[in-house]
Amino acid sequence: MIFFIVVKIAIAAAPAVRQYGLGFLTTRTWDTNKSQFGILPEIWGTTYTSLLALVIGSAFGVAAAVFLSEGYLGWFVFSILKLFHVEFDTFWGKLPERVEQVLKNLIELLAAIPSVVYGLWGLFVIIPLIRPGCNWLHLKVGWFPLFGTDLSGPGVLPAVLVLSIMILPTITAISRDALAAVPPKLRMAAYGLGATPWETILAVILPTAARGIVGGILLAFGRALGETMALAMLVGNSNIISISLFSPANTLAALLANNFPEAQHKEVGLLMYAALILLGITLVVNMIGALILQRASVRFEGGK
Amino acid sequence: MATHDATASSLTSRGPGEPELNPLAGVDFDELEKSLRRPRTLINILLSWLVAGMTLMALIPLFSVIWMLLWRGGRKLSLALFTQLPPAALEQGGGFGNAIVGTLIIVALAALISMPLGILSAIFMAQAPEGNRLASVVRFSAKVLTGFPSILAGVFAYGAVVLTTGGYSAIAGAVALSILMLPTIMLTAEDAIRMVPGKMKEAAIGMGATRTQVVLMVLVPTAFPGILTGIMLAIARGAGETAPLLFTSLFSNYWPTAGHHLSLMQPTASLAVLIYNFAGMPFQNQVEMAWAAALVLVIMVLVTNLIGQSLSGRQVQS
Repeated sequence: MIFFIVVKIAIAAAPAVRQYGLGFLTTRTWDTNKSQFGILPEIWGTTYTSLLALVIGSAFGVAAAVFLSEGYLGWFVFSILKLFHVEFDTFWGKLPERVEQVLKNLIELLAAIPSVVYGLWGLFVIIPLIRPGCNWLHLKVGWFPLFGTDLSGPGVLPAVLVLSIMILPTITAISRDALAAVPPKLRMAAYGLGATPWETILAVILPTAARGIVGGILLAFGRALGETMALAMLVGNSNIISISLFSPANTLAALLANNFPEAQHKEVGLLMYAALILLGITLVVNMIGALILQRASVRFEGGK
Repeated sequence: MATHDATASSLTSRGPGEPELNPLAGVDFDELEKSLRRPRTLINILLSWLVAGMTLMALIPLFSVIWMLLWRGGRKLSLALFTQLPPAALEQGGGFGNAIVGTLIIVALAALISMPLGILSAIFMAQAPEGNRLASVVRFSAKVLTGFPSILAGVFAYGAVVLTTGGYSAIAGAVALSILMLPTIMLTAEDAIRMVPGKMKEAAIGMGATRTQVVLMVLVPTAFPGILTGIMLAIARGAGETAPLLFTSLFSNYWPTAGHHLSLMQPTASLAVLIYNFAGMPFQNQVEMAWAAALVLVIMVLVTNLIGQSLSGRQVQS
């Protein structure tokens, strides 16, 4: 099936590939009238937004995974119950587990919301919310390259924020599984040596689960690269290469979404070429992620 | 294990040295006190609070999204929304009845395409002997396909259906969605079939059932709730997808009919594309409409999800 898709897109892209060659990857303009086409800004925008989103998303995602797998919330609820001396009550005693379950479901709920709804939310909530702060930053520390332009509406930062929320559930779910798969013996051994809970987490549990977590992060990276709607709505769709967080940019997927509905026959070939490149990048990232995860689970089953 | 040793050595170097005759003689009891002045304890507590704070912050967007949906979308909800056609540029009122119908049609078609394929390949994967090359290749491709960018499914359907049939249609959209739904159905159905106790299979074989009979009369009926869960989750995913529909089924301001018959070969509206189109418009009415459509879409997706999950819960209990 996959091979069929790859072949189909490749065939459709072939004439454009032959005509524009590798220059397509390094040229900056996309102009139908002058017949000049290049997707360097899109490649840059795709990787830039995805990487930034990945940094934010994995920091929060792994933190949430640790929070969930270490049972902090259950402990917190338990100690509140203890204040009222009902911690072993038949009804209240079940509350800690229930609350943890609810929290886990809430984070998974983030994954169930369609991306176009996130786009809508970003457009009408995030952008007005962060705009004053961003423009203030630009005025005060505009010399710093990250704040080089002002945020006039859509831009990289809102796109990155929304994107990181979208990939968070993936990272949390997979990291949580990886953390839960760490043999309890290791944790007990570390406690026995006198390590505090966090020394145990940082030095023993996270490194042991590292492979699973990295696999999850890679899968999330693949998702971020291919994410279309939220980015098409938030990133600004202009062919600019800029390191500034507030300037508009473009991504491969957004380019496809915006230009495909009105594409002429010749442009379709070019868009197929762009799709082929996106396909190549995401397939490679996904395959590496899936392979790492497979290895990780094999290691936990086999190695003791 | 290397990490294990590192912890051990860093701890013993700080410890109180060799115990003498009295085992407690060399122990500095202050060392064992849990006090906030000690960096170890302090860091421990700070990190705990940090992680708790980050988790709560990660939930803020969720509540914000739900709140905005209920507030801005709920205000607009009315019966007319479900029965009328989308309004023109400056018109007031209107609805998105055709988009709801369109979404249902496209998703139903996509489910019809992906269900047989997904369940059959799941049966194959579950029945194949351990270490079967083809089965593991298929399983790996399904896993990779899970992370397949949705817009590329649209590009594929454009090339395969729109260009060959010569026009945007509901069927092209359904083909694109079915590619996205296929891996979910395959993987959950395979899991469900594997969960069927081996005893039941052996009993059926012992009674003289052929392989086909075992599959059709024992495995599939027993795994049915699990398979249904996969289908429901896949439908929930498909209903929310926008990108593949943008240039396969396009959008339309009219009911998906030709004359008095339902027509699958013309551009068809869908809720997701409607949200995308209306969100970018400068008109108040359209933007409000987009929020209302988002609310309807999210409710549809969540209800499907919940039904799917409750089905799998029942299976675990039985």
